[in-house]
Amino acid sequence: MRKMALIVALLTLCLFSTAAMSFEAVPADKLKAAWLYNGPIGDGGWTYMHDLGRLEVEKAFPAVTTMYVESVPEGPDSVRAMENFIRNGAKVIFATSFGYMDYVQEAAKRHPDVIFMHCSGFKMADNVGIYFGRMYQARYLSGLVAGSMTKKNVIGFVAAHPIPEVIRGLNAFTLGARRANPDVKVKVVWLFSWIDPGKEKEAAKALVDAGADVLAMHANTGSVPQAAEEAGVYVVGYNNDMSQYAPTKHLTAPVWNWGVVYKYTVEKVINGTWEPEDIWWGLDKGMVALAPYAKDVPDAVKDLVEGERQRIASGEWDVFEGPIKDNKGNLIVKEGQKLTDQDLLSMNWLVEGVEGELPK
Amino acid sequence: MELIVPILAAAVRSGTPILYATLGEIITEKSGVLNLGLEGIMLIGAYTGFIVTFNTGSPLWGLAAAFLAGVAVNVIHAFLCISLRANQVICGLAMTMFGTGMSSLLGRSYVGQTISGLGVMPLPGLSSLPVVGPVFFNQDPMVYMSYFLVFLVWFLIFKTKFGLKMRAVGDSPLSAEAAGISVSTVRYISTLLGGGFVSLGGAYLSVVYSHMWVELMTAGRGWIAVALVIFAIWHPFRAALGSYLFGGVEALQMRIQAGGTSIPAPLLMMLPYILTIMVLVMISVLKGRGRFLGSPSALGLPFYREERE
Repeated sequence: MRKMALIVALLTLCLFSTAAMSFEAVPADKLKAAWLYNGPIGDGGWTYMHDLGRLEVEKAFPAVTTMYVESVPEGPDSVRAMENFIRNGAKVIFATSFGYMDYVQEAAKRHPDVIFMHCSGFKMADNVGIYFGRMYQARYLSGLVAGSMTKKNVIGFVAAHPIPEVIRGLNAFTLGARRANPDVKVKVVWLFSWIDPGKEKEAAKALVDAGADVLAMHANTGSVPQAAEEAGVYVVGYNNDMSQYAPTKHLTAPVWNWGVVYKYTVEKVINGTWEPEDIWWGLDKGMVALAPYAKDVPDAVKDLVEGERQRIASGEWDVFEGPIKDNKGNLIVKEGQKLTDQDLLSMNWLVEGVEGELPK
Repeated sequence: MELIVPILAAAVRSGTPILYATLGEIITEKSGVLNLGLEGIMLIGAYTGFIVTFNTGSPLWGLAAAFLAGVAVNVIHAFLCISLRANQVICGLAMTMFGTGMSSLLGRSYVGQTISGLGVMPLPGLSSLPVVGPVFFNQDPMVYMSYFLVFLVWFLIFKTKFGLKMRAVGDSPLSAEAAGISVSTVRYISTLLGGGFVSLGGAYLSVVYSHMWVELMTAGRGWIAVALVIFAIWHPFRAALGSYLFGGVEALQMRIQAGGTSIPAPLLMMLPYILTIMVLVMISVLKGRGRFLGSPSALGLPFYREERE
């Protein structure tokens, strides 16, 4: 019992010290900000979008020096990369992948004067903040567009891996599509791969053969849009505007806008007002958004999307509010209830309207 | 039939890049040189094919350049393994890393670009045949070329004088040398030629199949080809069969998923590898009984002339 009390006391102390802890202002021309990437910038997807965010910082704060290392494995090597940044004078480090979580903690403990920002994780500290984007909100909006545009009521979804992030996006997309058109069915092909343009294209073709007249994706390359253009079906991209791969068929795409959180953080560091935060922004801050629409998207659909966007951005409603059933008919979210962030981060069920089961 | 034809057509399509790489590696290995660098060489091919097509506007130049790039990169492997007699396994792995890194480094500025590349060209007459037409003759020119290549490689290995030398050098370099064949010349030619075809397999992905360059876009196909060489027991016809089988399993499992049925997809995807392991076991068992199936006996062994005495 005494031990317990001690722990509680310590925790409280931690909390207070967190609040009290503050970092001195760093003049912009002295500030060096560093980015740790798990993939190559050339992936044209995840890391590419983070790097665009870094470039936005360079543009907004020309005096700030930025640096980065790509393709750093999510292991002990990442600590070395961070130590290297610090030796080179980095004052704030952005670690852009989940797998860096414990290594960020390790490095942060050793360098309490350096600010760390970890993407998509859940461990914070005095000098560690976390950030992520509510991509599912943009996915929901893109679903509205897809659901409005399908004539056969069959949408095909090319999905990378059956993990919560992808499942959450697929579910949000399906909820959007079925809100626009309750008869929609979403067929899914799981790739079990993050980057494989050949396989992505084959999956797209398989879905078109199965009757889909709109495709959507959680994959990294422009292969699916390309296959859609060739097959003459509409497509919803991902990560960034993929219309160059499907000039006439790219309806829109849910896109990341990491520059928002990077500029926010760098500004706070410059002003000396930075403190550890748990940032999970969505449409409200423009951290996620929709890419420009195709010509074919009618105004009525744009209005529908805009209405829903405002409802979500204002906080009036969010995507995973009940009633929501899974695709086996069980009521998962009751009327008036809402999934917590924890539920969202561990999602492992498919909403009504998605065909098939999760691969085990 | 309506269900099966698209699957078979997809099998040929996705099997083709692997087929090029497998045929290339068969040529190389038949002469006794093991090259595990296929993944890297394919990436070099995909990269070269893409940038040359992008800058010249001609997919033909792109493919030709990719072939030459494969030959050029394999000069390194040949020099290390044949002239310097380095360990071929380590050399091959180094080639994979080299090709992966090199293509990623150089290809950075081409990410997100597209080319018009080569597309489907139905063969008049043949493409209207039932089943066979849509499966084999409603494809792109590189697929048609791969049909020729299968026969060409078979002819080269089993029907020409050079092929005889190649097999002799791969099986027993000592006897070949005694018969007046220059082991290193034959091995050099086979390694370079093989590298060219492996590289074409990579270029197929970027120039013909997806019209884009993405880092690491070969996604393990080089390793599949390494396995397929064994599955094919070093024969070009069985290489075609194996490549289409791999492509077919992938096409099938995707269509089963798209149909809404859940099958354990990873299980199905393992199938070709399991078959490869079974063939490997078969080769070993038969070897133990004194029967050789076509695996080059001197595969992976550096050749020392001095050992003659």
